Amino acid sequence: MFAFIIRRFLFAIPIALAVAAVCFSLVHLAPGDPLTAVIPADAPAEVVIAIKEAYGMDRPLIVQFGSWIQRAVQGDLGVSVATGRPVMGDIGLALSNTLTLAFASAFIGFSGGILLGALAAFYNGTWVDKVATAVAITGVSIPHYWLGLLLVIIFSVQLDWLPSMGAGPGGSSNWRWDWAHLQHLVLPAVTMCFIPMGIVTRTVRATVSEILNSEFVVALQARGLRASRITLHVAKNAAPTVLSVMGLQFGYLLGGSILVETVFSWPGTGYLLNTAIFQRDIPLLQGIILVLAMFFVALNLLVDVLQTLMDPRIKRG
Amino acid sequence: MNSTTQNPSAQAFAIAAETAAISRGYWATVWMRLKRDKVSVACALVLLSLVLMAVFAPLLAPYDPAQGTMLKRLSAIGTTGHWLGTDELGRDMLSRLMYGGQMSLLMGLLPVFIAFLIGTSLGLVAGFFGGWWNTLIMRTTDVFFAFPAVLLAIAISGALGAGFVNAILSLTLVFIPPIARVAESVTTSVRNLDFVDAARASGANSFTIIRVHVLGNVLGPVFIYATSLVSVCMILAAGLSFLGLGVKPPVAEWGLMLNTLRQSIYVQPWISVLPGLMIFITSLCFNLLSDGLRGAMDIKR
Repeated sequence: MFAFIIRRFLFAIPIALAVAAVCFSLVHLAPGDPLTAVIPADAPAEVVIAIKEAYGMDRPLIVQFGSWIQRAVQGDLGVSVATGRPVMGDIGLALSNTLTLAFASAFIGFSGGILLGALAAFYNGTWVDKVATAVAITGVSIPHYWLGLLLVIIFSVQLDWLPSMGAGPGGSSNWRWDWAHLQHLVLPAVTMCFIPMGIVTRTVRATVSEILNSEFVVALQARGLRASRITLHVAKNAAPTVLSVMGLQFGYLLGGSILVETVFSWPGTGYLLNTAIFQRDIPLLQGIILVLAMFFVALNLLVDVLQTLMDPRIKRG
Repeated sequence: MNSTTQNPSAQAFAIAAETAAISRGYWATVWMRLKRDKVSVACALVLLSLVLMAVFAPLLAPYDPAQGTMLKRLSAIGTTGHWLGTDELGRDMLSRLMYGGQMSLLMGLLPVFIAFLIGTSLGLVAGFFGGWWNTLIMRTTDVFFAFPAVLLAIAISGALGAGFVNAILSLTLVFIPPIARVAESVTTSVRNLDFVDAARASGANSFTIIRVHVLGNVLGPVFIYATSLVSVCMILAAGLSFLGLGVKPPVAEWGLMLNTLRQSIYVQPWISVLPGLMIFITSLCFNLLSDGLRGAMDIKR
């Protein structure tokens, strides 16, 4: 098992490097010069060369990639071409806001999904089951940015109960755990929780009903175990599968929050990414994608390792 | 999951269906089963009418989707002459929703279709030839799996810039790896079956074996998987337009309409809901139909 964990860690290194290469090559996907945002159109040739030298864009690609990686590992993702500030600082602040939002929606979505999925499996064919199926299919079919808009219309425009913009009063971007800030979290978190809730519901329902039909559960019932003890056994057996799905969904919450963050002007990585795209701020774009993708790689690694620790039966090549 | 085993008559029914499978052939049976599933039929009808509505929009739409009157900006739903209201530039919402279907449906279907062609080919090559080919292709897809799909699509679109072609390109790139992975795993399992060995022993070359013996077994499962991606693609494509990364403004497209009408939620909230509702209905129907198809094609051997 430890051999597997070490191998899994080693396998993550080439993946992380390849991910970095994809992020790096985004610059060269972009039409035109990545420095158009800083170089005025009528700049003399020697100024253009000087700026390129300052950004290191005059060297061969592979050298640029090497030094980019080297600096990225040390936490230096370059300087924003729009603001002139180091990219890392802005991303750090935005990332903490995105994590707050992701944790909140994961909490609602996962607990709702586990509860609903488990109830649907235990009461197979009843109305609970039908509700669970409906939630599952709606969760994966609804465009969440539209759901967000709908919630804003109902709870902000019509009822005026909750704020719809920003992460705090007066458009503050510094998160704090008090009521004024929590109010701002409610709508985006509820909007984002629907996809993971649908998928977790579906997974838990399928996994738990499969376990409930297996022979050892019948044996436990025959031995006269209380329902609560049986539930514990079922939960232990369902945990690895459900955990891996939840890990993946948490990663999607982090990386897929851009649309919801745009709807609610939530000052997170998605909102920052949107800004970077429209200001054609390539270092910022690259940095955000790199950080989010690395989070995703690490998360996948963590889930794989946890899964192996929880269920030693899982053998991997 | 299998609800046909619940009562005896349903079981007899399932047996009858299986006998039919032998006499009627696979696709005819799938079609029969699909026709019996009320939800699938309803969804197929809704999707068909949406497609017809989009295709015949020039004939059906009461107004020009690009022409608006500033005097009639943001009329409410139910206004005489504009019974779904007008948008922020006074253009008729009903006409725009009809025309919008053209772009939205195309952007939902085309990337999955192209990715289906490319991904299946890659998966076939990786799965059938194995070895070095497999390593090269599958390790490359692993890299793309290291990105959340939404992030990857937005990153590529963001770098390429806004536009219809760029959006299609980025969405296609996002859907190739998962399709290739499914195609590879099915191909690998088919490759080791006896009839492939038999074909090879009879002197068939690799191309013939793939075309005659492997392709037919791989296409079905990959096709079901691809249909389940259409709704994801619809939502993602409209999402790109919503961010301003898809088609450009004068064009009617549901995601873009949602974006521009977002500014008007304090004036006419329910009009801005309409384009999103269209995306939701379409993606819901694709999902339910895909589930129905999966059920219909799952014929026990």
